[in-house]
Amino acid sequence: MSNRKNSLPGLYIHIPFCKSKCLYCDFYSLTDLSLLPAWLEALQQEVLLYKDTFAPFDSLYLGGGTPSLLDGFQLAAMLDSLRRHFSFYPDTEITLEANPDDVTREKLHLWRDLGVNRLSMGVQSFAEPDLIFLGRRHTARQTEQALEWVRIAGFTNLGVDLIYGLPGQSAGDWRKNLERALEFRPEHLSCYQLTLETGTPLGARKAQGRIKPLPEEAERELFLLTSRFLEEHGYIHYEISNFARGEAYYSRNNRKYWRHVPYLGLGPAAHSFQGGKRWWNHRSLDRYCQALSDGVAPVAGRETLSAGQLHLESLYLGLRTKEGVDLNLIRPQPRGDTMLGELQEAGLIKLHHGRAALTREGFLVADRLPLWFSD
Amino acid sequence: MSQIRNFSIIAHIDHGKSTLADRLIQYTGMVEERQFRDQILDTMDLERERGITIKSNTITLPYLAQDGQEYELNLIDTPGHVDFTYEVSRALASCEGVLLLVDASQGVEAQTLANLYLAMEHNLTIIPVINKIDLPQADVEGVKEQIDHDLGLNAREAILCSAKEGIGIDAVLEAIVAKIPPPRGSVDKPLSALIFDATYDSFRGAVISCRVFDGAVQPGDIIRLMYNNAAYKVEEVGIFWLNRQPQKVLSAGMVGYIIAGIKTVSDTRIGDTITLEDRPAPQPLPGFKEVKPVVFASIYPVSADDYQTLVEALEKYKLNDAALTYQKDSSAALGQGFRCGFLGLLHLEIVQERLEREFGQSLIMTVPGVRYEFVLKNGQTLTVDNPQHYPDPIHIQTGREPFIKAAILLPERYLGAVLKLCLERRGVNSHISYPTAGRVEVTFEMPLAEVIIDFYDRLKTITQGYGSFDYDLLDYRDSHLVKLDIMVNGEKVDALSMIVHQDRARQWAVRVCERLKNEIPRQQFKIAIQGAVGGQIISRETISAFRKDVTAKCYGGDITRKRKLLEKQRAGKKRMKMVGAVMIPQAAFVAVLKTVKE
Ligand SMILES: Nc1nc2c(ncn2[C@@H]2O[C@H](COP(=O)(O)OP(=O)(O)O)[C@@H](O)[C@H]2O)c(=O)[nH]1
Ligand code: SF4
Repeated sequence: MSNRKNSLPGLYIHIPFCKSKCLYCDFYSLTDLSLLPAWLEALQQEVLLYKDTFAPFDSLYLGGGTPSLLDGFQLAAMLDSLRRHFSFYPDTEITLEANPDDVTREKLHLWRDLGVNRLSMGVQSFAEPDLIFLGRRHTARQTEQALEWVRIAGFTNLGVDLIYGLPGQSAGDWRKNLERALEFRPEHLSCYQLTLETGTPLGARKAQGRIKPLPEEAERELFLLTSRFLEEHGYIHYEISNFARGEAYYSRNNRKYWRHVPYLGLGPAAHSFQGGKRWWNHRSLDRYCQALSDGVAPVAGRETLSAGQLHLESLYLGLRTKEGVDLNLIRPQPRGDTMLGELQEAGLIKLHHGRAALTREGFLVADRLPLWFSD
Repeated sequence: MSQIRNFSIIAHIDHGKSTLADRLIQYTGMVEERQFRDQILDTMDLERERGITIKSNTITLPYLAQDGQEYELNLIDTPGHVDFTYEVSRALASCEGVLLLVDASQGVEAQTLANLYLAMEHNLTIIPVINKIDLPQADVEGVKEQIDHDLGLNAREAILCSAKEGIGIDAVLEAIVAKIPPPRGSVDKPLSALIFDATYDSFRGAVISCRVFDGAVQPGDIIRLMYNNAAYKVEEVGIFWLNRQPQKVLSAGMVGYIIAGIKTVSDTRIGDTITLEDRPAPQPLPGFKEVKPVVFASIYPVSADDYQTLVEALEKYKLNDAALTYQKDSSAALGQGFRCGFLGLLHLEIVQERLEREFGQSLIMTVPGVRYEFVLKNGQTLTVDNPQHYPDPIHIQTGREPFIKAAILLPERYLGAVLKLCLERRGVNSHISYPTAGRVEVTFEMPLAEVIIDFYDRLKTITQGYGSFDYDLLDYRDSHLVKLDIMVNGEKVDALSMIVHQDRARQWAVRVCERLKNEIPRQQFKIAIQGAVGGQIISRETISAFRKDVTAKCYGGDITRKRKLLEKQRAGKKRMKMVGAVMIPQAAFVAVLKTVKE
């Protein structure tokens, strides 16, 4: 990949609406679609506030929420405004997150016409009972139909999101899901292990003891299976939960998050990062709209990262990726070399070309490793 | 001088000494009720809470007796614990008599006896006082019987009182005047005054509490501390009311204080004699002993960043406690710290609590030990009070450890359990006697090391609170001592090493390893915890590796949240100690210490 693409900023738009809430979801989104026009209005204002403050973007990500529920007119107006007030490189990766139940042939063509060149499909599972457990709005049948249409409509960069590690899920169940997904030859796969977050209906059920999370050993097995299976089928395991059929298909947007490349996030609850500063918007549509109608940025908080904080984040984020981290981030730390030795011996880390990267086993304990290299 | 009475109250813990003292103060009208609560009861929190006095509080009570005369009653309060026997003996040496206080519901206990013997050694007049007669379970006749038989005192002279209810207080005061002889001594002789305590005043330095036997001292005099052989110019003398009350002169028979520009209490020694530089006493007062610490432990700041604060805290604490000794110590696991010497386990706990409470210090304290002796093959004798200085075993001819004589008084029904405890603790040469029906006095010779760790607590537990205990240091005896090391993934955790008797090594090793296993969190590799003596592994535990800890998603917003979590964990890690690549939480060290106490 060229250096240019490694450092160009990205733009993220958070579309905070869903037709209904999935039972595991802790993203910020509302189900009262009547608020949509007001939000679009406010977004216009926010765009104006950040006009000219970022270098040209090479990626635009429409996430949410459910961006696929926007109608043609709304989406067109939004993209038009973004293009007028920001500049984009010609080969900008434009991703739209879509839910299978929203996908129609017409919409697909519209998205193509509007310049969307990457679709990220919220598939989650091909098994009907899983979809019900997760509270998804679509059936497996709908998903398959949608994925076929995506290809017919000419999308050549398709991402599929899957969730695994559901209570009671066996390795066989999960492998079947993966196989079904591979039938559509997605360029990208995100396989997220289900987390039963507090504050979600599934989290509450867990707290009440009504559902039991998978035991640690089973979770490990599923993770390792995913990695092995997908690598056998030609995917690169380039981040803990992400796989791509070639470097060209790494998600540009996500990689900016992981590498401290600047990005601008618009919409409620969106985060932005630029010049060592991070800021985040109100996680409330009301407050978001109020701020913008008052003519101020809808920012709920900001932080300026110290060198130490940047270091810690680089370690954390870097160790989650296949590329790993530069050894210069580790070596100078008080016990850096001792720890590297221990972790290599334990088969959790490997050194290659002056970088340290986690092994598959290492990925499994990635959260606690940065601490060892940071004092 | 005939109007002065110098006395102490001696009692077993909780028999009501402080309550009675407070009553006497109140009765003689030193303070009003309200002030009384505020000023007396609220001072010295720690001692109040533990019911133990570590500093002698002295007070002069003016008393108009029934004979119509004004008396000055000097109440010299004594520390009430075996750790402070020497301090008690100096306080008693300053008196002519004592009130021997016995709880009517508990009867005579080990400390009652120990203190009584001390008082007898000093030929003091002893007035038995039976306290808590208001309690329904008070057994006045039984206690009288004990006073007659066990103590050999005249029970008919015993005064009945309830310090709590204020009953019999006047009788106590009258008995003090009538029975305790006035001090003897001569104002004309050269000054000779006994130091029985010293406290630190941040403006004035050391404030010496003393009893003047002969002569007189006044501001401007040059005094000499005979043992320390140092001279100071007296700035102020006085007596203690609730506050210090300056006087023109302190003369023979009086109890009071001297301020003489002495920087710290460590420049004074309890038991030393004060005389005048230009007209010295021919010889010092008898009974001086240099107090030596017998229990040793290292203390470390939880976070290495706090080392300097600890240094300052110790220096400050030391101003008021001459008995504490300390010197620099260091540990690979815990960093820089101090090896401290204490008079006993209670003293250790008090120091620890004081440092933590008053100076806001969180401390890690290593397992307490005693001072061992090693006779080496080359004939040299080494004293070792720090396991880190344990000599190479191939050079050791014999090891020796301090023995004590423990005296335990208990109701007969617990005898079996107590004997078992003492034997477990390597007690020898037991002696059993029955001072009164149903009560047993057991004496044992035991290694000091075996009693400094939780012996007293265990005794209390197995006798359901009825057993009492006192001890005297005897001598050093040959003992097969080994050094127990605890290793984590093959690395020695030096702060957990201890010198133990060979027969006890395995037991400790197993317990410590078990406890560490419970306290060390799982990490990403397997952790082996081992106890070893001279390279031989005698206990082993394993902590399995952490198997999964990873967040599935990490988007823009999650990064800050995750980093904050890591920062929090990292702050927690600062409180962890690294041994090789293994993080050991501070709690693990504390827990191990506790284990040893169990
Ligand atoms: N019932 C009763 N309780 C008393 C009496 N004197 C002291 N106490 C209680 O016994 C406990 C110990 O008393 P304290 O004076 O602290 O004992 P010390 O350890 O000897 O100083 C306290 O709870 C007192 O309130 C008394 O005459 N009657
Ligand atoms: S569609 Fe996505 S954002 Fe909406 S509720 Fe479901 S998981 Fe959450």
